[in-house]
Amino acid sequence: MALNLKKNIARPDDFYQELIDMQRDLSEEEAQLMNAKLILILSNHIGDAETLSEAMKLARD
Amino acid sequence: MLNTYTWPEYPYIQSEEQKNGTPVRHPVVIIGAGLIGLTAALDCARKGIKTIILDDNNTVSVGSRAVCYAKRPLEVWDRLGVADKMVEKGISWNLGKVFFKEDLAYEFDLLAEEGHKMPAMINLQQYYCEQYLVDEVMRHTDMIDLRWKHRLISMTRHEDHTSLQVETPDGVFTMESDWLIACDGANSKVREMVHAEFTGQFFQDRFLIADVVMKADFPTERWFWFDPLFHKNQSALLHKQSDDVWRLDFQMGWDADPKEATKPENVIPLIKAMLGNDTEFDLEWVSIYQFACRRIDNFRYGRVLFAGDAAHQVSPFGARGANTGVQDIDNLAWKLKLVMAGAAPDSLLDSYNEERSFAADDNLLNSTRSTDFITPKNKGSRIFRDAVLELSKKYEFARPLVNSGRLSTPTPYVNSSLNTPDEEDFDGGILPGTNCIDAPITVAGEPGWLLNMLGEDFTLLVFGDAPGEREISCGPVSVRVLTVGDDIEDRDGLLAARYDGENGAVYLIRPDQHVAARWRKFDQDKIAAAMARATGQMETKTAAGE
Repeated sequence: MALNLKKNIARPDDFYQELIDMQRDLSEEEAQLMNAKLILILSNHIGDAETLSEAMKLARD
Repeated sequence: MLNTYTWPEYPYIQSEEQKNGTPVRHPVVIIGAGLIGLTAALDCARKGIKTIILDDNNTVSVGSRAVCYAKRPLEVWDRLGVADKMVEKGISWNLGKVFFKEDLAYEFDLLAEEGHKMPAMINLQQYYCEQYLVDEVMRHTDMIDLRWKHRLISMTRHEDHTSLQVETPDGVFTMESDWLIACDGANSKVREMVHAEFTGQFFQDRFLIADVVMKADFPTERWFWFDPLFHKNQSALLHKQSDDVWRLDFQMGWDADPKEATKPENVIPLIKAMLGNDTEFDLEWVSIYQFACRRIDNFRYGRVLFAGDAAHQVSPFGARGANTGVQDIDNLAWKLKLVMAGAAPDSLLDSYNEERSFAADDNLLNSTRSTDFITPKNKGSRIFRDAVLELSKKYEFARPLVNSGRLSTPTPYVNSSLNTPDEEDFDGGILPGTNCIDAPITVAGEPGWLLNMLGEDFTLLVFGDAPGEREISCGPVSVRVLTVGDDIEDRDGLLAARYDGENGAVYLIRPDQHVAARWRKFDQDKIAAAMARATGQMETKTAAGE
């Protein structure tokens, strides 16, 4: 498996708060659009097709 | 309504066989004198096969319909001697703009690769293309009998021929044909008559197309809008054709009433909203359509062969309908010739289904993907689509994800049973099953093009040490030798670069300009084996097992 499912985020609480804060004042529609953009930006950063496929399958399970 | 084009009216002529009332057996009958049927007749004529084309109408395409013609079909038409007129009359464009809501998201330049005789694509109304094809057919009346106002009403299939009941203004008569090529379009009657399956995905959407003549200058660019302010939640397209005619395309949604939507009082405000109130235009033609992505279960039913929309229907995004149909014929004509001449087994024609259904599936996949991007099917895909478009305004990475139709390119027959897989290393070049790429050459001191040198038979393209023979016999079929550095000169070094020919290379090329096999050096036994395979004379085995 190419996908890293071990701990990899140094300060998890900081990250999570940042993610939530980003959407605090967004409507549901806006939040969904932001999420979609975030997925696309991160997917491009990862690039590797196998890793992306694995992540998509895990998310859907 | 059309101001820029006058439809020709071709004469109905009663055939001798109808007058005499005695059925005549013909070698090949083609149903439908559209782009594909006419192309089929011209290709058969090149191969020495006489054909009769039956068409229930007496003119060319009503409306501009297919507009974009890509390089590969233009190369096929060039082989048939009709591409020059199309390219001359057609419009070449390079700049495309993509709009999202009120903004220009980005623009792109096609930057076509140099060193090809044919352009990457042209825009031209279908009626011009068909007219040029009819003109060419009329120059070959010794080989092609084009019969207008002949409607096929029923047929009976026999083991060695097909019996056709045909209706003309003079009544019904019977014809017989060894082979039948069905090019009678998406609503093919022949397909119904053989009870073929025609399945796939049907899209619940409607599109309005309008041709307008602009009175002032307007740039020769392709503009595509996603969710524009002038046509909310839908898509729109603006595209240049010949004679200052512009193709406009509006997604209308499934609820649109086709009758209402095409009324000028409803169309004109929509166009004004798109072009701006000050742009003067004349409305030439309006049509509304819905579409499906589907294909026939088998391109071959015994002695009946299906080509073009009769065999596969795609969405208009990416201009894959006519373009892929022309390539069906390119694939079919040489196989039919060899089988009719007894130079190849009947099973060679099964490879027509094998190769072209593979290509059709590829086209259907591409077409469905474009459709899913342009007309998202649920909220989730709509959000992703909009996210891609928003990101494309600022970030380069998102632009390749934008899909407003992918330019039609030929599908390599990578797994075809006619291919001999590589045994030696090549650095690029043209893989077996792939169409040959053109390159500039010099022939007899004059500039020319590789593809024009490949002819109607098998060709052996040789870089480096050449055999002494001009022609190699492989059983009933012979191969013509074409030597780089002798028969042709590599004018700009592009030929060797595109075929990895610097260290010597030998390419066995099929009559449809697809590579059957390749080696590093000339080997008569290997060529004979590859020829047997490419003409269906060998059971399918993997090369490794031999």
